[in-house]
Amino acid sequence: MSPKPRVAVFKMASCDGCQLQLLDAEDALLELAGAIEIANFAEASSRLEEGPYDVTLVEGSISTPEQVEQIKEIRAVSRFLMTIGACATSGGIQALRNGRDLAEVVRQVYPTPEYVRSLERSTPVAEHVKVDLELTGCPVDRGQLLGAIAWLLQGSVPRPPTTPVCIECKRRGYVCVVVARGEPCLGPVTRTGCGALCPAFARGCYGCFGPSQPPNTEALARRFLELGMSPVQVAEKFRFITGYAPAFRETAERLEREEASAT
Amino acid sequence: MRFLDEEGFGRLMALLAARGYVVIGPTVRDGAIVLDRIDGAKDLPRGIREAQGPGAYRLEATGDHQLFAWSHGPDSAKRFLFPPREVLSTATRLEGELRVDPAPLPEVRYAFVGLRSCDLHAIEVQDRVFAIADPAYRKRREESFYVGVNCGHPGGTCFCDSMGTGPRCAAGFDLALTELGGGFTVEPGTARGEELLSELGSREATGAEAAAAAAVTDGARERMGRRLETDDLPGLLYRNREHPRWDQVASRCLTCTNCTMVCPTCFCNDVVDGISLDGTEATRTREWASCFSEEFSHMAPGDVRKSARSRYRQWLTHKFASWIDQFGTSGCVGCGRCITWCPVGIDVTEEIAAIRVTDGEVAVAEEVVA
Repeated sequence: MSPKPRVAVFKMASCDGCQLQLLDAEDALLELAGAIEIANFAEASSRLEEGPYDVTLVEGSISTPEQVEQIKEIRAVSRFLMTIGACATSGGIQALRNGRDLAEVVRQVYPTPEYVRSLERSTPVAEHVKVDLELTGCPVDRGQLLGAIAWLLQGSVPRPPTTPVCIECKRRGYVCVVVARGEPCLGPVTRTGCGALCPAFARGCYGCFGPSQPPNTEALARRFLELGMSPVQVAEKFRFITGYAPAFRETAERLEREEASAT
Repeated sequence: MRFLDEEGFGRLMALLAARGYVVIGPTVRDGAIVLDRIDGAKDLPRGIREAQGPGAYRLEATGDHQLFAWSHGPDSAKRFLFPPREVLSTATRLEGELRVDPAPLPEVRYAFVGLRSCDLHAIEVQDRVFAIADPAYRKRREESFYVGVNCGHPGGTCFCDSMGTGPRCAAGFDLALTELGGGFTVEPGTARGEELLSELGSREATGAEAAAAAAVTDGARERMGRRLETDDLPGLLYRNREHPRWDQVASRCLTCTNCTMVCPTCFCNDVVDGISLDGTEATRTREWASCFSEEFSHMAPGDVRKSARSRYRQWLTHKFASWIDQFGTSGCVGCGRCITWCPVGIDVTEEIAAIRVTDGEVAVAEEVVA
């Protein structure tokens, strides 16, 4: 029998929530431990082994000068690199600082800003190294994550769906919050994978899985304006967990320019 | 024609349950009239009606006691006869041997209560897709019982009258009811409907009741929220495949799939495989898919219908034109769900009318010869 694949899990700038999707996998943990060798996973074990690794999971965005170097080293010792979660795939909530004066943002947030050494922009891993598979979401969906690992173990690279959340709402019989409640919802432009979690509780999707197949963000923005929101309010909808993803960012920037030129 | 009072209607619901049917009917959930398992007439939307238009749907109380004084919500019988997710087979690998087990045939028997004529027609449209080759669909379809309710309350986006599919139930039902004050007129459509009716204690309807029942659907015909000119729709759409209207609608279309999901005849599906971590168990599942998703047309060289324009045109042209070539019937029953449940309110009747107004003004591109 061939040796078990060696798997590593690293984090960059992130909250650890995506790694926790693995650690919280409960029923699947034993099965997972039987199928792979966890070679380096600091949140799970203090036994940290050197590479090379067959599969490496990376959570978090590239936010500091050290991480720029670290991710290159990780890539060099990884056969297959999979990024997990909104931060690693789009820059995350910390990308809200992108395009602003970093020194000013740091001064507003930290009492001793002189200790902070950050890059001007928080960026997705794929801006720095080649990524073999991206799983989006905040956090990443456990079923999608375990499913991807299962397929990789069979030597097959999965294709996560890019269809909007709406398809999952309808499969599950959730009533549309835009049509039946006039609630702004990013579901029509956000990729499915979460199981339509927020609409299940009659709340609008806030886009944490990132843009769907080339999304028509402009048409949805027009609809939100019709619902009585201001351009900046609509822009704030797009500038959230995955706001630095190009499709969301471009529409947000255009709306902000629109409001600025109107006042 | 028979007459069944309100108590008799209660006996109908009880009898269906007693005969082992899972009774599926309209009920209010999360601000809409959906189809779900119901436990008697108490779960029906009594004194509720809805207001619907492009991209908008709201419920309101009427203050009366009618059970069916509304037009349909997002769900149709499709949700039950062609479920959104269905396991097709499982596979097990043990010591080099692979065993594949087809999913067992479904045991459930549904009784649908309150389907409108448009939705009864939609079931017959889907039959042409599934009934031949899908034994699970065929079993669910054949073993279900259908109680239609003639429509007196077309919604703001309805156009069944234009499509010739309503508002009066003409076929596809075991029993068809018309709600009048204090009860229902009932017509059996099948022998088993007749047999069930004979146990309910109905009486012969009076001439006045029969006339009142006819007035319900005649009135509905006058109050259709939408109309559609259907003359030579295939020719119109084939001639105008380069019409600029396709670009305009694509600029509004979210390609979000909602229209296809709520359409009672849309049948597209995908088959996805799941596998256990140890690689010994696999499950093959069929799930609702949509021609509006880019990945739906993914093939080895890439996505075939890359633009929103191509996907919208494909859907509309299939629904109203090439469906007829393919299945011998229109794919549209005029229920209007695609208009109401489109988050940006795109209206198929408006799109087709806009093309018809300028029919012939745009030259058709040369036929591409393979």
